[in-house]
Amino acid sequence: MLFAVFLPVLLAIFIPYLSKWKENIHTGYFVLLAPLAVFLYFIPHIGNDFTPIIQSFNWIPSMDIGFDFYLDGLSLLFVLLISGIGTLVTLYSIFYLHTSERLDQFYVYLLIFMTAMFGVVLSDNVFVLYAFWELTSISSFLLIGYWNYKERSRYGALKSMLITIFGGLSMFGGFILLTSITGTTSIQEMIEQTDTILSSPYFGLILALLLLGAFTKSAQFPFHIWLPDAMEAPTPVSAYLHSATMVKAGIFLVARFSPIFSESDWFFVLVSGFGIITLIWGSFMAVRQTDLKGILAFSTISQLGMIMAMLGFGTKLAIYAAVFHILNHATFKGSLFMIAGIVDHESGTRDIRKLGGLATLMPISATLAFFGTFSMAGVPLPFLNGFYSKELFFDASLELHESSIAFANVLAQAIPYLAVFGSIFTFVYSMYLVFGTFMGKKKLDQLPAKPHEAPVGMLISPIILVVGVVIIGLFPNLVNSTFLAHTAEAIYGAPVEKHVQFWHGWNSPPLYMSLVVVGFGTVLALTIKHWSNIYQYLPGKLSLNKVYDFLVDQFEKTSARITNSYMNGSLNRYMSLILIAIVVCTFGILWITDGFAWDTSNLAEITLHEILIAAAMAVAAIFTIFTINKVASILVLGVVGYGLSLLFILYSAPDLALTQLVVETITVALFLLCFYHLPKLRERNESKTKKLSNLIISVGFGAMMTIIAISAHSTKLFEKISDYFLETSHDIGGGDNVVNVILVDMRGIDTLFEIVVLGIAALAIYGLIKLRNKKGAK
Amino acid sequence: MNELINTIAIVCMIVVTISIALLLYRVIKGPTNPDRAVALDAIGINLMGMAGLSAILLVTTRLNDVILLIGILLFVGTVGLAKYLEKGVIIDRDDD
Repeated sequence: MLFAVFLPVLLAIFIPYLSKWKENIHTGYFVLLAPLAVFLYFIPHIGNDFTPIIQSFNWIPSMDIGFDFYLDGLSLLFVLLISGIGTLVTLYSIFYLHTSERLDQFYVYLLIFMTAMFGVVLSDNVFVLYAFWELTSISSFLLIGYWNYKERSRYGALKSMLITIFGGLSMFGGFILLTSITGTTSIQEMIEQTDTILSSPYFGLILALLLLGAFTKSAQFPFHIWLPDAMEAPTPVSAYLHSATMVKAGIFLVARFSPIFSESDWFFVLVSGFGIITLIWGSFMAVRQTDLKGILAFSTISQLGMIMAMLGFGTKLAIYAAVFHILNHATFKGSLFMIAGIVDHESGTRDIRKLGGLATLMPISATLAFFGTFSMAGVPLPFLNGFYSKELFFDASLELHESSIAFANVLAQAIPYLAVFGSIFTFVYSMYLVFGTFMGKKKLDQLPAKPHEAPVGMLISPIILVVGVVIIGLFPNLVNSTFLAHTAEAIYGAPVEKHVQFWHGWNSPPLYMSLVVVGFGTVLALTIKHWSNIYQYLPGKLSLNKVYDFLVDQFEKTSARITNSYMNGSLNRYMSLILIAIVVCTFGILWITDGFAWDTSNLAEITLHEILIAAAMAVAAIFTIFTINKVASILVLGVVGYGLSLLFILYSAPDLALTQLVVETITVALFLLCFYHLPKLRERNESKTKKLSNLIISVGFGAMMTIIAISAHSTKLFEKISDYFLETSHDIGGGDNVVNVILVDMRGIDTLFEIVVLGIAALAIYGLIKLRNKKGAK
Repeated sequence: MNELINTIAIVCMIVVTISIALLLYRVIKGPTNPDRAVALDAIGINLMGMAGLSAILLVTTRLNDVILLIGILLFVGTVGLAKYLEKGVIIDRDDD
């Protein structure tokens, strides 16, 4: 299985070389091999006697992360969908994309995506699953932005990236929580520990985070907004990623984890609730679209909502219906996208207002579209698979179990009505789509190109898919026990037996619900012009795209505002912030740890001349703050320096005193040297509050340093090391001047690097002075 | 004897300190910059005295270096200051 998963990526390595011959042989023919091989590899697993297969390959054993592939009914369904539709889409893209396009890039992205999807559905390890999950987001981003010279493509790619990565990261958080609660990274082992997870205090958080990941990926309300904008991608990409595979990754995630979560009532409320809202909103909004792919995008959203809702119901019947509909949706929606691509390709536009009456010009496409849309609408005809899943959906919505949450019971009562309401709009947009494109008046003068039937190669894939629609429609039990029953069992946790049949007799409520849908839908579809004004008011300004644009815009503006608010270029501001932070943190730590200590036992006596010198220094220091005479301030500063050297003398530190004197003199001289170039000191016109805050900060900082010094002096944790120096300086260092022995012998490295510092400073000054007039030295 | 020397040295120190404090007044008050320069020079000389007194008190010869250094630095510093106050620069550029 490892090889099957990574086969596409391995092939992708060779694509750039193969694409050099694209003028002779279309690169897509090579690509076709990968999904076909995987499809053929997995197809023998279909059958009545199916047992899950586990294969492990080490990756990071110390972190318990490895490529643990788990093939059960659920992953088998998805793997076959991905590889099967992947084959058809690649075939379709060979005829759709001209060789003048950058085929190498397209197929590399597509192959990366295939590997990523295989990895998502086959991984048993949550972290590997997450890695592949992000890879689908990234490759989808690349594919949506394939025509990157278009502004809309870049916008759509960015939007889908932001939303799906946001969800992916939340999901990652959920996985981490799950792993830390259960102590395992394997999904199957987590399912065995369902009770631990359900009783965990983090259960709500895990559920919310995982559902956030699933909802964003599967374009559930209100995160569906990226999917319509992702329609800027080439049509094969839309057909593959945004109808059949990637958007079902979220469905897969919910299905995979539903053995854990389905015990919880909140799972029912959230998944079913959001699913139903998505179903209604998607189908309602689809009627409004004028772009063929726009209609299909909202239709996909709506159908995904329906599947999600059924997963949320969690009953045996609902799970089976969901699984069935995953398969059905992939077949008819894939074919519809391909037909939309054909119409676009052959007529030059996808705008449904310009299209019409194409049935006579493109008879095969029109026939395929009729099958696809009628199946999507759930019209009760015995050869359409969409009807079965829709009827099962109605059936499942009628038999919801009682719940302990009152709200959930209300929801359970309302769901059948909501389901019918949403399905009516599904019917309306399906009819609108197919009749608007293929029936009615011909408007050939409005079309950019003269429409004609598509080449055979382009039609092969949709024909295969529609044949699939009809075969499943005619013989629904063909896929039941061999295939879908295993999938449903993997989700439900117990064997699911279901016999699907077209006719239940007159005594079946779902049939009447279907008839209601068709009846109302026909009426609404015929009178669409009379009520379509409603879209100006609903959603109108409430459109979620506006919310998204507003949010992105506000994020940029707010972060710019925050940055500008403190990064104003004033050193004064930065210094204040730094000092405030230091003062607050230090006092905070002192407060929390009760670190202040006051110990006067070890103090020397204070003499009068010390006090006088200190007072003189203090007066001089204060004076420098207030003077505006440059020379005076330097000279007074000199007093402080000399006072300090005097203190050194009094405390018998002759070396320090020597150095301090020299440095002080040189500093004064240096100040005088550059005085000529310095601006005049002037009275600063600052507001009272500014002055006050500066005063508070400086006093606070001084107080802090004082307190630290007092505390440090009062806390003697260890013996002093200076006694050791005093004793051994003569014997070890061979010198009596202890300070100098320490400087060059005991701690010579420090001295070395301080010499280096001086050297660098000297070189820098020389460089600054010498290079300042040269051009380009900035 | 020692007691007497110590007492005298401490008294002298206090007197020198008072002198420094008074000189500080001159440095701060001015009124002109040459006044301040001279006062700083005088503070330096007081410093030398202070160092000498400390050497007596601590019974050491190590501070004698400091005294000499203060002397030379004061001279250099005061000349520099004087030159600055007179000409506005300290190091003249070569004219040739």
